[in-house]
Amino acid sequence: MSEEKMKNSMSSTSASASAQEDSVSVESGEYRSNGERFPGMDAPVVLDVHDVYKDFKLPTEQATGLKQAVINWTKGIRGYRWQHVLRGISFQVHQGEFFGIVGRNGGGKSTLLKIISQIYYPNKGSVSVSGKLVPFIELGVGFNPELTGRENVYLNCALLGFDHEQTDAMYDDIVEFAELGDFMDQKLKNYSSGMQVRLAFSVAIKAQGDILVLDEVLAVGDEAFQRKCDDFFTQIRKDPTKTVILVTHDMGAVKRYCTRAMMIEDGKIVAYGDKETVADRYTLSNLEAERKKGEKQARKAAQALAQKDEQGKAVPVFPNGLNARVPILRTYPIGSPLIDGTQPFRFGVEYQFDEPGDFYIAIALHDMSRGGITYDSGSKTFRITKKGHHRLEFELPVDQFNDGEFSLFTSLRVPNASDPGATDLVAVAIDANSCSFVVRNPRNRQYALLSDRALQFVPVTSGEEDGLQAQDVIVNKPAEWKNPQSQQRVDEAQRQNALGSLKQITYDAQ
Amino acid sequence: MVAQLRKRYAYAWTVLKGLVKTDFKLRYQGSFLGVAWSVVKPLLMFCVMYLVFARFLRMSDGTPTYPVVLLLGISSWQFVTDTTNVGLRALVDRGDLLRKIHFPNYIVVVSASMGALISYGINLLVVLLFAVVNRVQFTWRVVLLPLNFVELYCITIGWTLIMATMYVYFRDIAHIWDVFSQLLFYATPIIYPLSYVFQRGGIYARLGSLELLNPWAQTIQDIRHNFIAQTQPTIWTQFSNWGIRLIPLIITAFILWLGIFVFRKYEKHFAEVM
Repeated sequence: MSEEKMKNSMSSTSASASAQEDSVSVESGEYRSNGERFPGMDAPVVLDVHDVYKDFKLPTEQATGLKQAVINWTKGIRGYRWQHVLRGISFQVHQGEFFGIVGRNGGGKSTLLKIISQIYYPNKGSVSVSGKLVPFIELGVGFNPELTGRENVYLNCALLGFDHEQTDAMYDDIVEFAELGDFMDQKLKNYSSGMQVRLAFSVAIKAQGDILVLDEVLAVGDEAFQRKCDDFFTQIRKDPTKTVILVTHDMGAVKRYCTRAMMIEDGKIVAYGDKETVADRYTLSNLEAERKKGEKQARKAAQALAQKDEQGKAVPVFPNGLNARVPILRTYPIGSPLIDGTQPFRFGVEYQFDEPGDFYIAIALHDMSRGGITYDSGSKTFRITKKGHHRLEFELPVDQFNDGEFSLFTSLRVPNASDPGATDLVAVAIDANSCSFVVRNPRNRQYALLSDRALQFVPVTSGEEDGLQAQDVIVNKPAEWKNPQSQQRVDEAQRQNALGSLKQITYDAQ
Repeated sequence: MVAQLRKRYAYAWTVLKGLVKTDFKLRYQGSFLGVAWSVVKPLLMFCVMYLVFARFLRMSDGTPTYPVVLLLGISSWQFVTDTTNVGLRALVDRGDLLRKIHFPNYIVVVSASMGALISYGINLLVVLLFAVVNRVQFTWRVVLLPLNFVELYCITIGWTLIMATMYVYFRDIAHIWDVFSQLLFYATPIIYPLSYVFQRGGIYARLGSLELLNPWAQTIQDIRHNFIAQTQPTIWTQFSNWGIRLIPLIITAFILWLGIFVFRKYEKHFAEVM
């Protein structure tokens, strides 16, 4: 897929959002883009959410109290407006699945989860559940600091619908998993917060329900406990009787555990089915939001500056890294921030600088997924000759990189008065002013930064007695990896599917 | 059918047991006497009331058992106010639960009434103790008591369900009920003997009879009548017309039905409103 096409399809994603979302049907979520059905789709449907709508009344004016009610009534003010949180959500989860729900904050995930758990009721549509559904909207619901750990476990389980005998059967498992055997007869108020969370989490995952609903609960406990949770999720993934529905922001967790996933945005399903597609869609959505925020900030700074000129006294508030000398400095992608790497990544730098003398723009490329500074332009490389408010554009060839998430940080520098070789930093574009982009391509691997195109190990003939000849080592090209045990190859196939279905969705929109 | 019922209410029952147990454990948490307080406290309260009303104020209807009748009335009313005051706020107080897990919402109201019921049971034992000390003659009418208690529970829980529902939407109801329950307290023959009102004659006597149409007054008088003293006037002794006799029962049935109806109608929105 060429960069041009990619760009078009991405922009159409946001432009004709509604057209696209209508095309995400329940059936489409069961097939990969290549028409192949996901494994486990023959298992019975345990959760069927059909065309669910949910609206909330949001009070606009202070609508509490008799006085305000009378005032509102006489003025004809309604006192609230409708917020449409979910707008036609349909999906099915089959028995034994590990189903991920992702989405940005305020997209309606939690509302959907509460509807699934029957805490809220949909305005329209239906939810049917078969089997015992155990919801964990929050850990440790009903935990009371005055009760002992044991009593709290029994209370928590009772609230989830397990009677005394059932809890007895799970109790040892829970305590063992929480590693709190010696503390169970202590009052909860004497626990450290980490211990409390561990206990709550253990109840959550050891509760013997058929469908487990987990909301944002993965980041719990120390490293050893994390590993234990990881093992548990890997194990439950294989259990064909247990179904897990997981809401998370952690794309790593989605990719590791989930069999399928979906993404919700503005109350609608925007991606459904393949977890890689969903994860990529989520990353893209976050990048776009970041870019929009950067634009907004730049606009605001420009406005604030204009006001200052007129009134001569207003002091604008600058985003982190900027100041009155450089009110605007930002780096932004031109086109889509999700690129396949075959074409150079194009980005722009917008600045405002009015002081006399030379100044420089320096750009650093950070690897966000692996850490470290991949490349830096050097502080005196780009001397800019135009003062005022301008934009300049750059290209960065990323052909040599594997998949990854990168950020560009731009700084504006002036020569150092005492040391002609050095420069002083005046402003730096960070946070929303930095530019993030993602490289995704099926030809790539994920682990290392540089791809085989950039670098390769070359076997040579050894001079040692027991040394091998160069031709004794058979070098497989990535395309020739045929070993079915190779996880790498499986990942490769999944990546291909992911990008394939990403294409599919975006083309449907056109 | 029993199995079916059990299956349907198993979850509610489990949650109810869990909540009531926790409440009871927490009530005397941290005190030295612990659970013993649940017996000691009413005993001491009764002693105070006995001294004030029976000894100093000499409130009496002329029968020797009146102090016990008084205690019985006060503890019955205590049950009503305990249930309504705690039950009224139960939905909001347990809001964190209702917003995070799905369970039958009425359980939190019922669990509040269970707490009050346990206290009432202990109080009744203390009353029984006083009755034995006072040499009360029990009659066959004691077997009617369970019916009276069921009626008292029904009217109280029905009323609490209505108020608990209203409280979710406007909190003023708690203050209104504070005032209204005071009114109800004095409109019910609890600290004064009904016979005292009758003796004043004329319009007062007629109003006194009307008091008995209030289901709370009717049940409390019935409980006193059947438990301790046949001299206590009840609706059955004051009216011979069955149309009038059945009024409190009809009110009770209506309030209970209305409570369940209103509660079920609004319960779907509780989690969103709170």
